[in-house]
Amino acid sequence: MRRIGRLFRTPGKKLVPFITAGYPDLGSTVPLVLAAEAAGAHMVEIGMPFSDPLADGPVIQETSQVALDNGVTIPWILETVKQVRRQSSRIPIVLMGYINPLLHMGLETFLTAAQKAGVDGLIIPDLPPNEGASFFEQARAKGISTIYLVAPNTPNERIHELGEQGQDLLYAVSILGVTGSLAPARQSLDRYLDRVRASTNIPFVVGFGMSSPDDVRRASARADGVVVGSALLTRLKHARDPVAEAGRYLQTMVAALPQAGSVEPAGEPA
Amino acid sequence: MTPSSKTQPLAYAQPDSQGHFGEFGGQYVPETLLPALKELEEAYGAAQADPTFRKDLDSLAKHYAGRPTPLYHATRISAELGLDLYLKREDLNHTGAHKINNALGQILLALRMGKSRIIAETGAGQHGVATATVAARFGLTCVVYMGAEDMRRQALNVFRMELLGAEVRPVHSGSKTLKDATNEAIRDWVATSEHTHYLIGSVVGPHPYPRLVRDFQTVIGRETKEQFASQVGGLPDLLLACVGGGSNAIGLFYPFLDDPVRMVGVEAAGQGLDSGAHAATLTKGERGVLHGSASYLLQTADGQVKLPHSISAGLDYPGVGPEHSLLKDTGRVTYLCVTDDQALAAFQWLTEKEGIIPALESAHALAALQQKMIKLPGGKVVLCLSGRGDKDVKTVADALGRSLT
Repeated sequence: MRRIGRLFRTPGKKLVPFITAGYPDLGSTVPLVLAAEAAGAHMVEIGMPFSDPLADGPVIQETSQVALDNGVTIPWILETVKQVRRQSSRIPIVLMGYINPLLHMGLETFLTAAQKAGVDGLIIPDLPPNEGASFFEQARAKGISTIYLVAPNTPNERIHELGEQGQDLLYAVSILGVTGSLAPARQSLDRYLDRVRASTNIPFVVGFGMSSPDDVRRASARADGVVVGSALLTRLKHARDPVAEAGRYLQTMVAALPQAGSVEPAGEPA
Repeated sequence: MTPSSKTQPLAYAQPDSQGHFGEFGGQYVPETLLPALKELEEAYGAAQADPTFRKDLDSLAKHYAGRPTPLYHATRISAELGLDLYLKREDLNHTGAHKINNALGQILLALRMGKSRIIAETGAGQHGVATATVAARFGLTCVVYMGAEDMRRQALNVFRMELLGAEVRPVHSGSKTLKDATNEAIRDWVATSEHTHYLIGSVVGPHPYPRLVRDFQTVIGRETKEQFASQVGGLPDLLLACVGGGSNAIGLFYPFLDDPVRMVGVEAAGQGLDSGAHAATLTKGERGVLHGSASYLLQTADGQVKLPHSISAGLDYPGVGPEHSLLKDTGRVTYLCVTDDQALAAFQWLTEKEGIIPALESAHALAALQQKMIKLPGGKVVLCLSGRGDKDVKTVADALGRSLT
């Protein structure tokens, strides 16, 4: 089994920070990944910036533009993953980004380099399985997981199908909207996450709009992990020492996860 | 430029059931949008099978939009060129461009789907105005996304949309033009598709849009075919249209694809192909994915989308409809490009010689004839005059160094 599949079959809920590669500057990406790992994060998503990120809200649009202005490219990102691995970090790394830059580089070239660099998974929001089947199959052959997104308007059968196709992990988008939107009302999120759970045997993380320890506490009661992106990046933007700030913030988020083995709340008190 | 399908009547059948035009098209969108695209595809399928839909659309086209538009023999320009030039007068449509053809079709679909809100992107503002118009006509809420730079260039159209009751939302990201307005409209739709229809203005975007918009625009080509046969006789030798996303071009070309007729699409070369400041996607682009479909795309060596440039806001787009990419690769259609200056010269030429002020977009198509990029002595040419130029008067004044204040 691939590393992401193994990780999410160990007990305990997982915290997954998202950072944009090369933000706020080129030098901070490796230290940010290491700081996240030190803070207790279980997996890291690294955003590959694109000029036209149509599933992203203003925060990630801005960090992507800054990163592109800093000169971030796909080869640079893969080199950065290699550097993380050279620091003997084994934390699972997922690259998230849009398909065009990968297509332009050549899908096979990209996958070969990603495997060599030590990438564990891919999230490509604008490449649904109908268009990306052969690409994702090649990725799997190289030990790289595909993490499909599901959303509150995804039918149960489709959630099941995407879980079967992805095999290792699903990503439940919390709302109908872009990254950084407000989190949904608690009851509707609960109902949705229960529906995802009932539709698939594959573990899933929840993301979009998760910004406070309370969000993490609530969402992780039902999901296997929580992704924190825009809220983290907003803190980096305003921090004097982004790496230290990331460490502090992620520690509080990790602390909000229920302890492994503890009894999870059964649901909303009346 | 020999038509390959000459001996194969009705050979052309694109796209496939998944919306692919060869290796182009498709549905490159987040999972969240797939249910909305499926709903649209099903609603369109049901509408096509429903004779009242066709009847309602035809009636609106006739009594509301003013169709059929004339096919006009531009005799003075014809004499100068040594050929016969016919203008398909889409500029005479209600709201001043071909955009209304598609807007009417899609608003009827939106009503069938029970949507209460319409969103759209716009470049020059012609599609925004057409959308705001049909939304007003049917009493639906309308939000139009427009690049801040385009709002400056097309202030008059912004005010027209507002008069029509639409909210025009400025987009400040990226190049502040059509590409960015489209991103923002898609982001809106991701959150609102349950009650909102995204009324895309060109043959771009994810399936089924390229097919659906094409079908609504083929009224241009169908009328042209009939009018040419009765006014002139037979078939024209050549069809000519400008290409940004490419909706007026495909609307004219499509009904002739199986006929022995040459076709030329004209893109914007902006300040010149070597300047880097152009919008010549099919000439200079490479296959890529933007706004939900695979097509030719202007992009950097790193696969980022390049900022296009054209004096004409309607052509200022780094992508192009996927069907045009296929038609280029198969050689069925030839794509040329002309610069801002050449388009300006053609704009003035048509205005002075025929008393018709064309949209700067349409002037690009005419420029290809004026610049003798196409030689067809004694030939019969139909040019799609996709829109009127009232909206461009200020841009032209600026370019000519005239102050209107």
